[in-house]
Amino acid sequence: MTLALKELLYKMADDQLILGHRNSEWTGMGPLLEEDIAFSSMAQDKIGQSLALYTILQALGEQDPDTVAFTRNANQFHNCQLVELPNQEYDFSLIRHFLFDTAEALRFEMLTNSSYEPLAQLAKKIRGELRYHTLHANTWIKQLGSATPESTERLQKSLDYAMPFALGIFEPSPNEQELITTGIFEGEVALQKKWLAKVESVISQTKLTLPDLKSIKPELGGRKGIHTDHLQPLLDEMSEVFKIDPTAEW
Amino acid sequence: MLTTQQIWKLLEEVKDPEIPVLSLVDLGVITHVKVTDDHALVEMTPTFVGCPAMDYMKLEVENLLKEKGISPVVTISFKTPWSSDLISEKGKTALKKYGLAPPPSSKVFTDLEILETAICPRCDGENTEMKSPFGPTLCRALYYCHDCKEAFEQFKPL
Repeated sequence: MTLALKELLYKMADDQLILGHRNSEWTGMGPLLEEDIAFSSMAQDKIGQSLALYTILQALGEQDPDTVAFTRNANQFHNCQLVELPNQEYDFSLIRHFLFDTAEALRFEMLTNSSYEPLAQLAKKIRGELRYHTLHANTWIKQLGSATPESTERLQKSLDYAMPFALGIFEPSPNEQELITTGIFEGEVALQKKWLAKVESVISQTKLTLPDLKSIKPELGGRKGIHTDHLQPLLDEMSEVFKIDPTAEW
Repeated sequence: MLTTQQIWKLLEEVKDPEIPVLSLVDLGVITHVKVTDDHALVEMTPTFVGCPAMDYMKLEVENLLKEKGISPVVTISFKTPWSSDLISEKGKTALKKYGLAPPPSSKVFTDLEILETAICPRCDGENTEMKSPFGPTLCRALYYCHDCKEAFEQFKPL
């Protein structure tokens, strides 16, 4: 049971940490000041949420959060590949933010009923914070998804590109059945179903078209430590200062 | 040894480092206080999970209690999750005076539409507009008041 629980906590924490880092790359670079602040704030939320999840892992016998965050190599990370992709243009960052945070908000919503009390407590807290992330994503997808030919074309292209990676969010972990049986988490299939309904309801209010999911091959592997070439350079940059002196007191 | 009530009273001296008019007690982040024979047990919870001021606030609480000759055991917990409803009436008044619109009750916050307007803390104008749900700190959102033509911030409902 502990192994299955650790798998769940690691993949969630790694998703939050890596996307938090990507969001922080918009600091000082946002297309307008409010967006700069929004992506920076979401970065802070996500990295803080990953710390809370790594802290639960520490209580289960794993190493301390800094060691876990800064000293593993890419093949030891369990984030989905969607979150490690470079930010690219704002349209891709926005689409990724929408697809990922819709799933993450629903995941924490489901976890508020988890039989594992520390996770249920944290989920009750994080659920409210993620409302602001989905509000932000939905507002911009609705506005830019129906604004000008350029904005809809760019978002559509990014949506088509991101969708196989988004389906990778729901790659089940090896011991997931145990989580379902013990009431810790309802599982990725249940999550994906809720996610699709939510994504469809927002996209249907725009000029965008959701690609036919049956025709898409999901980009899997992230949950097993198989990543794109983009993750290791991100980790090298993220841990650069830490590795100068891992014993330093901050 | 002080009583539980005396510890609560004492903790009113510790202020939010980013909103120095608001005590941690009025902010609602002190969730539990218990006095044992040799220790004061204080349980705290962050406003937002990623709040970078949490460690600082914990240290401030520990230092104050030590100064008063009390041995503190301060823990951070999500058992009683923070909500903006935990801000006391005194705290809400202090926020407004400081220039931050206090959060509306999160009970009416079933959908995010409630965020669309806030009451301007300067002129009490209601003709306001949310510019961004994210502001200079995780717990604040950006607004503009069309009555007094000034930007202002709201302490977010959560």
